[in-house]
Amino acid sequence: MLYRENGQFKTSYEADQQIFPILQDRIGIGLLLAFAIVGVPLLADEYLFRAILIPFLILALAAIGLNILVGYCGQISLGTGAFMAVGAYAAYNFLVRIDGMPMIAAILLGGVCATVVGVLFGIPSLRIKGLYLAVATLAAQFFCDWAFLRIKWFTNDSASGSVSVSNLSFLGVAIDTPVEKYLFCLGVVIVFALIAKNLVRSHIGREWMAIRDMDVAAAVIGIRPVYAKLTAFAVSSFMVGVAGALWGFIHLGAWEPAAFSIDRSFQLLFMIIIGGLGSIMGSFFGAAFIVVLPIFLNQALPALGSLFGLEISTALVSHTEFMIFGALIVFFLIVEPHGLARLWSIGKEKMRLWPFPH
Amino acid sequence: MKFTTLALCATLAAAAAGSAFAQAKEQFFPVLSYRSGAYAPNGIPFANGYVDYLKLTNARGGINGVKVIWEECETGYATDRGVECYERLKGKNGGATVFHTLSTGITFALTEKVPTDKIPLITAGYGRSESTDGMVFKWNFPLTGTYWDAADIILQHIAKKEGGWDKLRGKKIAHIFHDSPYGKEPIPLLQERQKMHGFDLTLIPVTHPGVEQKAAWLQIRQLRPDYVLLWGWGVMNSTALKEAVATGYPREKMYGVWWAGAEPDVKDVGDGAKGYNALTLQHGAEPNSAIVKEVLDKVHAKGQGTGPKEEVGEVLYMRGLKAAMLSVEGVRRAQERYGKGKVMTGEQARWGYENLALDQKKLDALGFAGVLRPISTSCADHRGDVWARIHTWDGKKWNFSSDWYQSDQTIIKPMIKSAADKYAAEKKLARRDVSDCQT
Repeated sequence: MLYRENGQFKTSYEADQQIFPILQDRIGIGLLLAFAIVGVPLLADEYLFRAILIPFLILALAAIGLNILVGYCGQISLGTGAFMAVGAYAAYNFLVRIDGMPMIAAILLGGVCATVVGVLFGIPSLRIKGLYLAVATLAAQFFCDWAFLRIKWFTNDSASGSVSVSNLSFLGVAIDTPVEKYLFCLGVVIVFALIAKNLVRSHIGREWMAIRDMDVAAAVIGIRPVYAKLTAFAVSSFMVGVAGALWGFIHLGAWEPAAFSIDRSFQLLFMIIIGGLGSIMGSFFGAAFIVVLPIFLNQALPALGSLFGLEISTALVSHTEFMIFGALIVFFLIVEPHGLARLWSIGKEKMRLWPFPH
Repeated sequence: MKFTTLALCATLAAAAAGSAFAQAKEQFFPVLSYRSGAYAPNGIPFANGYVDYLKLTNARGGINGVKVIWEECETGYATDRGVECYERLKGKNGGATVFHTLSTGITFALTEKVPTDKIPLITAGYGRSESTDGMVFKWNFPLTGTYWDAADIILQHIAKKEGGWDKLRGKKIAHIFHDSPYGKEPIPLLQERQKMHGFDLTLIPVTHPGVEQKAAWLQIRQLRPDYVLLWGWGVMNSTALKEAVATGYPREKMYGVWWAGAEPDVKDVGDGAKGYNALTLQHGAEPNSAIVKEVLDKVHAKGQGTGPKEEVGEVLYMRGLKAAMLSVEGVRRAQERYGKGKVMTGEQARWGYENLALDQKKLDALGFAGVLRPISTSCADHRGDVWARIHTWDGKKWNFSSDWYQSDQTIIKPMIKSAADKYAAEKKLARRDVSDCQT
């Protein structure tokens, strides 16, 4: 009854075209943002920040990037890990090789490098489609793995191939504590989520969706496939690259190519499939599901076992974690093939009709 | 978004439930282990040894009366999970005493985190070689040996077999390594030695997890190296040995690092691995040592053993015991300074690890007679003396096949210094002042 748009009349185009046309949505998002910015830093402890919230935010950003490419433009990519790696290593090189380089500039330049690499590996998408494209982007993954393992220049000649950063700061403010790191990531994610949301609502987003739904028809009505596909690759890789740089700089601190392995690419793809293809909100759902659930299971199972007086070994916990996690993925995909975001919007529809939903 | 908050609340609740047991008078040892994944065959015996020694410590009456408690967290050898485990355990039960990562990748990530959390990080026989320099790496302790030492000792042994360093000129040595920081660590030393003695060094990387090595061994078949160094872990080791059998490369010419010389590596290969050599980190398999008997007697006989009884005393089990012994003895040493029978913080324990003074008498009393040699550390040297032998698999068990070696510090010391200085410069860290050694 509360969630109803009756009586909310739109008298201007602006009002009609805003991101959240319903007043209740705007209030809800506003409250959520206020809670994330003010409430969470007051409530959460260090573990929650470092182990859950920061990885969640960064991977959500990467998922948004991938969602633009896969969900909106319909180009399946398995090279996400590679583009993250490019972002991370490029940002690292900008930071250590150029004296006085501000961190945020290094991260954004890392994104720019990822864009270049992304567009380069996106070129085959002009000729090949679907699963074949996935295989082509897989090449990006293997190539980048190889490059960052073998070419010493990228790792500043570090003997072990592992690189690390420290003394991070943003506009002169040091980013050391978990709260600062969290707020920094949150800021970046909010900005990029807003950009992404607006992009997909603009003409360029419509071009992407037209290409996704039927590229021949899109070309017939005057959309240039080259332009549409490559911009999707560019925007997507930029965000993924920035996420990669954040993952290295803020979350890990020190990393090796294994941090951006093929597993990461699959993980991100699962995120958007479970969260919802073609939905910005879905990227957040998917990231939460993939990041939080394994950790939650890992901690809840021993606690559950001790309730029944059983001592569960860590090996059993991790095996059970895999099984339950896999089963849940299958369950969600059967119940709602369009992802968690679809469940969310069905829920909203029902709320509008409440108390007489059909 | 509701889903997110819900999940967060649930996790919060779980975290809160976990930390409700904080008690005084208990020394908390977090255990980062991996009992699943590609590296489990080697991770399990190490974790069993580590936990068994902690159990034994309690059976012996704790550390001067302070009971030890521990909690395991599964990392699966993955860096991000390792970081999550570290964050989960570091503040529990009054704070973690010390972390062992048993993974070079996790070590690199935690090296950046431990100084702010003030928790020491022991990497006994692995980790970053330059962290030997305690004046730069205040919180890292690569006790008893690093990969540079390991590579140096294997080359010493080869040189001795050939009849002198000058005989190595023109010899072909292949380094087959796990393509990660772990396998890459020894390369600078190998290259340094290559410059000095003029042997041919071929680097052959094997990608994680190491089950696909056909290409590497094809290279070996073409190259016919005089010696092969094996820097593998987990399934990579047994796969390498099987490939060596298939290629017909003599196992006698293969030398593994101390992480590639345990029972899980050779057992599957059985007779095929006969003659294969590996370095030992002082001890080999020690089923007859006093400490093993005591573990069997006080832990396993009471039905509290962590793993199968038959594996007690195997190479990696012993390494777990040893790692736990170093953790516990560091705390005991710290208690001498900060108060006997008190719970030590990570910061206080760090002093203990920096001032370890385990002479032979103390080691014998702990049951490590014939297993370990004296270990002492200082502010500048966070590693202590490196002693190692070669042991050889005879198809059923490991037998020592060489004398004791020590790594050549005239080569390694300058390398450590320059690598540590490079790290300090990159991080804009100042070397610790001598006055800092007293804290």
